[in-house]
Amino acid sequence: MNPAVNESENKLQTYTFEVEGGNFNAAGTVSTRIKSILKQMQMPDDVVRRSAIVCYEAEINIVSYAKRGTIHLTVSPDKVIIEADDEGQGIPDINLAMQQGYSTANQQIREMGFGAGMGLFNIKSYSDKFDILSEVEKGTFLRIIIERHIS
Amino acid sequence: MDIGTIAEKLNLKLMSAPDRKSNNVTGGYTGDLLSDVMANSHEGDIWITRQIHQNIVAIATLKEHAGIILVNSCEPAKDALEKAIRENVPILITDLSAFEITGRIYNLLHSGT
Repeated sequence: MNPAVNESENKLQTYTFEVEGGNFNAAGTVSTRIKSILKQMQMPDDVVRRSAIVCYEAEINIVSYAKRGTIHLTVSPDKVIIEADDEGQGIPDINLAMQQGYSTANQQIREMGFGAGMGLFNIKSYSDKFDILSEVEKGTFLRIIIERHIS
Repeated sequence: MDIGTIAEKLNLKLMSAPDRKSNNVTGGYTGDLLSDVMANSHEGDIWITRQIHQNIVAIATLKEHAGIILVNSCEPAKDALEKAIRENVPILITDLSAFEITGRIYNLLHSGT
């Protein structure tokens, strides 16, 4: 293998963004920033598109269910890692929460068109690897990996 | 077909981003569930919805939609309109229902009538 390629594969770029719980006015700003970073880095369109979808869902979950959280972006030449870490109510039954259509969102959240029970399901569908850890009344941690498929 | 032409042909009221009339509309998506729109709409779509709050502007920006059409004569919420002006996202209003406007735009895009 070309050593120059190896060297570039080790290059990681990381970014951290704060997300405020309950602030629907700002919801989506972190995802928009992350999308533009990935575009600037000239990641392939499908990686940018999938990253934007999963990041938006993770961001909305923090806004909807947590006091505060951070979204951490790591970009390497072959993949994007998005980690969402929040201080919030946590998820009592992760299997149930992963089911499409299941949601604990309140009426106000649903009226805005959120809380359709698609968030975690979409994150899983659009990622290549997805891990979730949660503790009730502590918070939730998501690690999402989107791989750059070499054609 | 661009936003300006669609607005003219279908009698839509443009509320923001008049300098974006030339945005090319390559398709459309109709929906009020934001996760569904986020997952299934495409860049260049015109998004037809009944949601009027400012998160629609965030989604349209993120998905690079050509514009947003609000149905049944619904006005955007004040903060949504302010955000659309600030971020230069065209919001248009129709007095038609989502079903009617979707059909008309589909015909315009696919057969030009």
